[in-house]
Amino acid sequence: MDLHEYQAKQLLTARGVAVPAGAVAESPARARTIAERLLESDVRRFVVKAQIHAGGRALGSLVEHPNKAGITFCCTPEEVEHAASEMLGKTLVTDQTRPEGKRVLKVLVEAAIPVQREFYAAVALDRTKDCPVLLASATGGVSIENAVSASPNRLIKEWIDPLLGLRQFQARRVAAALGFVGGSILTAADFFHSIYRTWWECEAMIVEINPFVQNTGPATQHSIIALDARIAIDDNALFKHPEFESLRDAAEEEPIETEARKHGLDYIKLDGNIACLVNGAGLAMATMDAIKQCGGTPANFLDVGGGASQEQVAAAFKTILTDTNVHAILVNIFGGITDCAVVARGVAAAINQSGVRLPVVVRIEGNNATQGRAMLVEGLSKVIVAHSIEEAARMAVQAAGG
Amino acid sequence: MAILVDPATKVLIQGITGTFGACHTRLSIEYGTKIVAGVTPGKGGQVFDNRIPIFDSVAEAVRETGATASCIFVPRANAADAIIEAAEAGLQLAVCITEGIPIHEMLVVKRALSMHQMKLVGPNCPGIVTPGQEPDSRGGCRIGIAPGYIHRQGHIGVVSRSGTLTYEAVWQITRRGAGQSTCVGIGGDPVCGLSLLDVVRLFNEDPDTHGIVIIGEIGGSAEQETAEWIQTNCRKPVAAFVAGTTAPSGRRLGHAGAIANSTHETAAAKIAVFRDCRIPVADSPSAIADTILKLL
Repeated sequence: MDLHEYQAKQLLTARGVAVPAGAVAESPARARTIAERLLESDVRRFVVKAQIHAGGRALGSLVEHPNKAGITFCCTPEEVEHAASEMLGKTLVTDQTRPEGKRVLKVLVEAAIPVQREFYAAVALDRTKDCPVLLASATGGVSIENAVSASPNRLIKEWIDPLLGLRQFQARRVAAALGFVGGSILTAADFFHSIYRTWWECEAMIVEINPFVQNTGPATQHSIIALDARIAIDDNALFKHPEFESLRDAAEEEPIETEARKHGLDYIKLDGNIACLVNGAGLAMATMDAIKQCGGTPANFLDVGGGASQEQVAAAFKTILTDTNVHAILVNIFGGITDCAVVARGVAAAINQSGVRLPVVVRIEGNNATQGRAMLVEGLSKVIVAHSIEEAARMAVQAAGG
Repeated sequence: MAILVDPATKVLIQGITGTFGACHTRLSIEYGTKIVAGVTPGKGGQVFDNRIPIFDSVAEAVRETGATASCIFVPRANAADAIIEAAEAGLQLAVCITEGIPIHEMLVVKRALSMHQMKLVGPNCPGIVTPGQEPDSRGGCRIGIAPGYIHRQGHIGVVSRSGTLTYEAVWQITRRGAGQSTCVGIGGDPVCGLSLLDVVRLFNEDPDTHGIVIIGEIGGSAEQETAEWIQTNCRKPVAAFVAGTTAPSGRRLGHAGAIANSTHETAAAKIAVFRDCRIPVADSPSAIADTILKLL
């Protein structure tokens, strides 16, 4: 589950990471109030940041104001209010969003911090070594992917034993490698320790701070400040953290996906016109691939679960049919232990109940498949029965109009 | 022979009294698997289906029955603990079916396993089948939830990150008159027990396995690592399939581990590496069996 920057910063500050003073606003007036309050504590420069689940905001642009990005620096509360009004309710497109962009419903208003040098730090899962890894670089700021691919040896990696946690000497080693000297090595080490703690305690997939800066100003207590933060939580761990449920932003999700999840379906909306309904995630991906190979484009990924129960299949049809781009439906079921005749009955019932007028190509294989196929052919004129995934994909592409 | 399990393997079931565990225990017994014990803490002394003794702990079950392998159906909140308990009790193998174990817990499990000899398959996997000689491949060893009848005793080793896609491949092989030595579903989680490469190495050493099918998918770099090892070390023909060429980047597709966050984690990148290593890749999921059979 992805979090917004302001939510990530809340989890980090609770664990000792310093972030710029500020707060989140849903209206321009509220943005101005926040800025006015910051002004009282002697903040003279502000930044307004669109809160969307995607990076690249500084270089992105608003559909309604093409010369404006998702991050704006301001000098007065009036400017903050204006910048917020330009972002809120508008659509931001960045290199990390889909081409149609994302609606901005919240902005983060913060004190702008003077930046001399930007650093990068992240804690992520290293899937090859089955352990967390602390990543750091002295060239933070813009896209770290670009910085790293330009000079891969500038990315410092410190692997962490999950039983031991990030040890102080390891954190100091990373700080020194980034060029910190003297007492600042200890401050930086504490900062790395805090982000690792956040990764571990929140059961995050990634905690990324890009950039963080070393603050040399005399007025601040902390000398390391995280200017931006990104956290994604392991979906498998959410059941242990009921407090995170309130951090879920339904506006960031496709409404169909949210609805599908309520029915226990794994559904992801895509741009094509052939809907797929498959049991099993791997088979579902392979079915999408087969459609593409036959010259079509899948409208979704949908796993109804291994057993493909009647309730799941019915809910799946309902979900698929809310997507108006769909011109044909491909049902691909491998009935392993489940009786294909039972699955076929479920598919037939779902077709009848949903009143679907679109062509439905069904490929059903496995336990008692012959009877299952026969049941589908007899009862339903709209159903085309295929005998292999490849044939099913070809038929679906044809049925969808090529 | 086969890898990991054979018809003589004595298996215990952790979580035998749950609905799912009980259902698949019965199917495994029907298949011919030697299920010798069940473990459900608090239900020690009871008997499952009038024939399988239930114990409170894995250690007790091992002591009383001589089981060497475990199949874990324990719910996700306690599954990590169940795996470590199995390792600590001295088992050779545990197959964890449970889906949705938190990744941080699996990291701890992996470290704990490094102190024990036990091999882990899964979690979030269909399990292992070594087909037997009887009709519908009965008389073999089935640990997990795969349908038994789709198998046929033979010489193709199958290793996969997916469930139903594995059944698809296995069924294709069987319908073309060939068969499998052992089929291993390693599971769809980013942190799991045996890797694709670990299983390929076992197949490479198994005299009964004459060819290997690898079914991969988006996410991680296990396919790359495996392909490179095969190119220099594998003595047997290998065919591959990689699911997810149409997967959108940065989205998780069903399996916790099926997410491509960078270019090298995409299906296209993995297919390219297989081909660079001269390993044929099936173009379509319908062509998995034909791709390996052509090489044998």
